[in-house]
Amino acid sequence: MEIYDLTIHELHEKLKAKEVSSVEATRAMLERIEAVDGQVNAYITVTPEQALVEAEAADKRIAAGDVAPLTGIPVGLKDIFITKGIRTTCGSRILENFVPPYDGTAVAKLKEQGAVIVGKLNQDEFAMGSSNESSYFGPVKNPWNLECTPGGSSGGSAAAIAARTATATLGTDTGGSIRQPASHCSCVGLKPTYGRVSRYGVIAYASSLDQVGPLTRDVTDAALLLGAVAGYDPKDSTSVNTPVPDYVAGLQAGVKGLKIGLPKQYFIEGLDPDVKRAMDEAIALYKSLGAELREVSLPHTEYAVATYYLIATAEASSNLARYDGVRFGHRAEDVRGLKEMFAKTRAEGFGSEVKRRIMLGTYALSSGYYDAYYVKAQKVRTLIMQDFLNAFNEVDVLLTPIAPTPPFKIGEKLADPLQMYLSDIFTIPVNLAGTCGISIPAGFSADGLPIGLQLIGKPFGEAAILSTAYAFEKETQWHLKKAPL
Amino acid sequence: MKYQVVIGLEVHTQLTTNTKIFCGCSTRFGAEPNSQTCPVCLGFPGALPVLNKQVVENAILAGLATNCSITQRNVFARKNYFYPDLPKGYQISQFDLPICQHGHLDIEVDGETKRIGITRIHMEEDAGKLVHADIPGVDDSCVDLNRACTPLLEIVSEPDMRSPDEAIAYLKKLHQIVMYLGICDGNLEEGSFRCDANVSLMPVGSTVFGTRAELKNINSFKFIKQAIEYEIERQAEILDDGGKVIQETRLFDPNTGTTRSMRGKEEAHDYRYFPDPDLVPVLIPDQWIEDVRATLPELPEAKRARYVAELGLPEYDAEVLVSSRELAAYYEETVALFPQAKTVSNWVMGEVSRALNEDNNRSITDCPVTPPLLADLLKLMEKGTISGKIAKTVFDEMYKTGKAPEKIVEEKGLVQVSDTGAIEAMVDEVLKNNPAQVEQYRGGKETVFGFFVGQVMRASKGKANPALVNELLLKKLQS
Repeated sequence: MEIYDLTIHELHEKLKAKEVSSVEATRAMLERIEAVDGQVNAYITVTPEQALVEAEAADKRIAAGDVAPLTGIPVGLKDIFITKGIRTTCGSRILENFVPPYDGTAVAKLKEQGAVIVGKLNQDEFAMGSSNESSYFGPVKNPWNLECTPGGSSGGSAAAIAARTATATLGTDTGGSIRQPASHCSCVGLKPTYGRVSRYGVIAYASSLDQVGPLTRDVTDAALLLGAVAGYDPKDSTSVNTPVPDYVAGLQAGVKGLKIGLPKQYFIEGLDPDVKRAMDEAIALYKSLGAELREVSLPHTEYAVATYYLIATAEASSNLARYDGVRFGHRAEDVRGLKEMFAKTRAEGFGSEVKRRIMLGTYALSSGYYDAYYVKAQKVRTLIMQDFLNAFNEVDVLLTPIAPTPPFKIGEKLADPLQMYLSDIFTIPVNLAGTCGISIPAGFSADGLPIGLQLIGKPFGEAAILSTAYAFEKETQWHLKKAPL
Repeated sequence: MKYQVVIGLEVHTQLTTNTKIFCGCSTRFGAEPNSQTCPVCLGFPGALPVLNKQVVENAILAGLATNCSITQRNVFARKNYFYPDLPKGYQISQFDLPICQHGHLDIEVDGETKRIGITRIHMEEDAGKLVHADIPGVDDSCVDLNRACTPLLEIVSEPDMRSPDEAIAYLKKLHQIVMYLGICDGNLEEGSFRCDANVSLMPVGSTVFGTRAELKNINSFKFIKQAIEYEIERQAEILDDGGKVIQETRLFDPNTGTTRSMRGKEEAHDYRYFPDPDLVPVLIPDQWIEDVRATLPELPEAKRARYVAELGLPEYDAEVLVSSRELAAYYEETVALFPQAKTVSNWVMGEVSRALNEDNNRSITDCPVTPPLLADLLKLMEKGTISGKIAKTVFDEMYKTGKAPEKIVEEKGLVQVSDTGAIEAMVDEVLKNNPAQVEQYRGGKETVFGFFVGQVMRASKGKANPALVNELLLKKLQS
């Protein structure tokens, strides 16, 4: 077992016992990145000097007996997180050389604990994508099969876990962007309830849907990392002032008597047979552990993708207006006048998927279309939320697939954006409902590609999905399997 | 004229909060460009707005003072457009749920009272400013974002005004109210109180409004009148020639007193308003409204009525004294110490105002003769220690030195002479030295009396009690 293979809690024990120093762990991680990231392309920016300085500081803390769960742990951040003094690109040319003057709240919380930031991770441009192919910095390769995508948009964050180039990472999830890549890379990814983690210092894609969450090797780490970043933040008006439970302490709750719902709209014809088999096995396992499984209905599921692509793009069209070349980021050269500066800067700075979504969103908000698209979508969103609340009157947790298929090949769906959009059909409703979901490793396809399982919880029910996931992980051990890299 | 003008006004008042509406930066005017900025007001990626509660309270105050109903569920909306002074590419404003609605103000023009409807008041953030680079050879514009994200209230009137004078009366009234509320410094030149005017013409007798032009960039009451008058003329000419006024935004040019087209209707923005997902709805329960209402100061209209009814002041005095909250406060403080309403009014409108005017329009709050000092002076006059004439001399000295009136009177020996013997001696002296005038008076030319008074006063260096002087002179001349 190499240092870079360890989980947060394993490394934490070794750091505390002084079996290994943070500088050693960080060096090991940096060397691992050096050795394999050329194949994976999970990192946009690696920060070795800064990381070693932070590791030394962490070692001093440890020596002084001041050890938090993340002290000295090498972590990676999706490049959507604003990091003071570290280039933050959001996977876009328009921010290629953007070095922020401040830290976001989640990053500040990690730093307070003494976590070591080893670099910034690749992602779909502005988190718009399900395959990490829209990044200006090139696609990320799936460590399980380098011809496949790792999923997206937090593709780098998931691939780094699978490639063992970070002990844990943070991602963001707007329509499945943590859970889907976690599923494709066989790691744990949790999308918390909207308002659970501050969005301050997270580059906005769709403000009413974006949420920060952990990607980790196991469920315990997800509980640890979530606990570290969760909580009310006065700088984010949409963060919710409700206490953060001790997620780790709650992991052992077990599933005996737990009511698990199976939304019938999620177990459709056309589900990949390998995925279907993995779901069946999971259901059987939970039954054997004493959980009570029953079918529930989320009747508005079929409208979720359409609703999402109206609301998310509408918000994005406005959120991305600030990239105008005036104050930061890319500015086109050789332009005459303002209009041309705006137009050329944005034409050069944004990739085609981002442009497509800005145009979709602009259209949805336009005078004459606003009621038919944006307002209608908001109404459907309310119905989708209601679906979940109704289901949670009957059951404690929902169990669903994450994606209809195992990871797909790089380039396979690029020509058909609609096909790509539909691959998020099982994750998007959770964002629209504003509740929480977790993806955990649930097996492999015949080709050896990872398959994830989704557990969806009530709003602020992270503890319940974590303990439900933990019960599964303890029995299955899928998470221990390593990508062949 | 065969056309009736129809005017509606949109006023932007910048609120005097210490910090901006969505971040903690200072709102101070005139600082080094871009020195009062942070990731939030610069529109940096990842930054989020947090509402300044005081802005909501100021807006409620403005709504209550203009007879509006207060919206209890407030939503902020994004107004999307590109401009270099707009950091986020959208302005956070309010759209379909403004904080105040359905209000009105009563104005008076030519002795007639008229009610002007207020459609809405909403909260929003200001944009920055474009400034021309003052660098030789550089033709670029620069952006100063100190003003970006400072809080504004936009106050929109109904198209209820029918003359430039009504428009001015409405604006002055509104200006007075926001100043009274202490929510806006009212500085038109610095842009703290800005006005856009919607102006259209319709044939006299018609009830169907004509096509309007929106006039922008008007930063004084004088210019507002000029701009509207010019616009009436321009539109009348078009209509006279059988043309059609086109709907457009026009920019006022203070140098020429004219307006010119800025953009037409077809170039009008589609602002794509939608609720800002970064801000949660602001709920204003009844209790909050009542708490704010309790802090509402007495407004000029009520104050004026009280001055007339309770203090017995003439309408004119009351009007002048309530013109600003500070002047009214000065007056009231003085009256509290020297309860002769009209005498105090005469002094405040007279000597005090004159001295301040002559002193470069110094503010009343800055007057060296404070209300207690003025009251002391008036008491000395009332007791007969000094005459009214001497009092004015003493006032000037007080204004210059800030000294107490008693001290000045004592130092300069200005105590009024009411000693009959002393005055009689002076009268005798004057009569003795002016036998010719005595003859004239006794011959029936009574106007010479004033001459004697003047001589005696001069002999006393102004300190003789004028009533006594009169009395003794009459007695001596008639004997």
